[in-house]
Amino acid sequence: MAIAILDYGSGNLRSALRAFEQSGSEVLLTSDYQIAVEADGLVVPGVGAFAACMQGLKSVKGDELVRERMARSRPTLGICVGMQILFAQGVEHGSHEGVGIWPNTVEKLTARVLPHMGWNSVDAAAGSELFKGVEGESFYFVHSYGVTEPLATTALQSWTDYEGRFLAAIEDGVISATQFHPEKSGSAGLHLIKNWIATL
Amino acid sequence: MTLSVRIIPCLDVTDGRVVKGVNFTNLVDAGDPVEMASLYNSEGADELTFLDISASVAGRETTLDVVRRTAEEVFIPLTVGGGIRSVEDVDRLLRAGADKVSINTSAIARPELIAEIADRFGSQVLVLSVDARRAKTESGFEVTTHGGRESAGLDALAWVEKACALGVGEILLNSMDADGTRAGYDIGMIKAVRAISRVPLIASGGAGSQEDFAAALDAGADALLAASIFHFGVHRIGDIKRYLDVAGYPVRKGASL
Repeated sequence: MAIAILDYGSGNLRSALRAFEQSGSEVLLTSDYQIAVEADGLVVPGVGAFAACMQGLKSVKGDELVRERMARSRPTLGICVGMQILFAQGVEHGSHEGVGIWPNTVEKLTARVLPHMGWNSVDAAAGSELFKGVEGESFYFVHSYGVTEPLATTALQSWTDYEGRFLAAIEDGVISATQFHPEKSGSAGLHLIKNWIATL
Repeated sequence: MTLSVRIIPCLDVTDGRVVKGVNFTNLVDAGDPVEMASLYNSEGADELTFLDISASVAGRETTLDVVRRTAEEVFIPLTVGGGIRSVEDVDRLLRAGADKVSINTSAIARPELIAEIADRFGSQVLVLSVDARRAKTESGFEVTTHGGRESAGLDALAWVEKACALGVGEILLNSMDADGTRAGYDIGMIKAVRAISRVPLIASGGAGSQEDFAAALDAGADALLAASIFHFGVHRIGDIKRYLDVAGYPVRKGASL
């Protein structure tokens, strides 16, 4: 079992690498298209603004990569902004196009204090594989934007509330995504990572 | 579903070791930072903060190694502060495994640094650390440097407003009057900063009793940072969280609670 973490810019990838290694899998950081497309599981991390993240993703053809993996039924997991850029559009610092796996727009949250920063619990979708065994746990979030409208598909959608609800996680066939950082969410996060790897 | 309040232990690190003291004097070796980070994690810390108080370049290099080793073992957010003067310093720390950085003196000297860091990495990585005390300024609070010994010549609230406009993602408010007293947080100062800011606010300085933590939350703090009361074993993190839980505040209940 080989898992690739897509390296397409700066940020803390070391924690992600080690967190996924805890599962016992072989994990590597890569920006190589071929390696990333062949991996059993691909993790798309993301920090910073939507547009900068999307630009970084495109610089390694990450958008094509995600679509090709989908076409070949290979699992991908987006984390934080790595989830947001999978949507059609983001409005952080102007309107920007995303990968477009899902049609919704990533909008600014309306809470009084932003970013939404810290540990919050998740209302896990019935039948969720990701949250199996950690349904009542809290996960670490840090973001000011999110998707507040449900997806009009059969995808499993898990929600969190911060003065209004937003999508905390999506499980849509081979594509999964979390708005929170499982690699920063202590033992609950490591458990969720193992759950994802178990689906590969 | 509610966002939990965060309890954050702060570790002063120099030359690869945690030190503890009162008001930056009489520092004694308190142990290995990675081991202490791991211990606090297991006790329910919601985040960790390292403050690098190394005076030398070699000391800073050692801190990078400490950050690396901590990030490999402890899977909760890690903030690192101390001696950060440039975008490159931030890049090195993030690559080593830090999730956030806190800046203080360097931002006072050159406020554009805030925008430079926020533009490159996003506001969410950037904590503005403000060492403030009561003074005869417009707001009644001023910014200090050198551990509270010198005035920076800035009104604290004006500085917070400016820094927020430049793009900080979080404020760490240290009361230099209350620091080390264990007589309680400066509630008036927390309320004043809360009233003018819309980013998360971490209160620091003065924590003594469990009631002090609750009072700071009532004043508008989102997170509570403390150093000596944890290091000297006055309170355990788990005890504080249990107290807050019973008192009705939202806390993360990890395995230890």
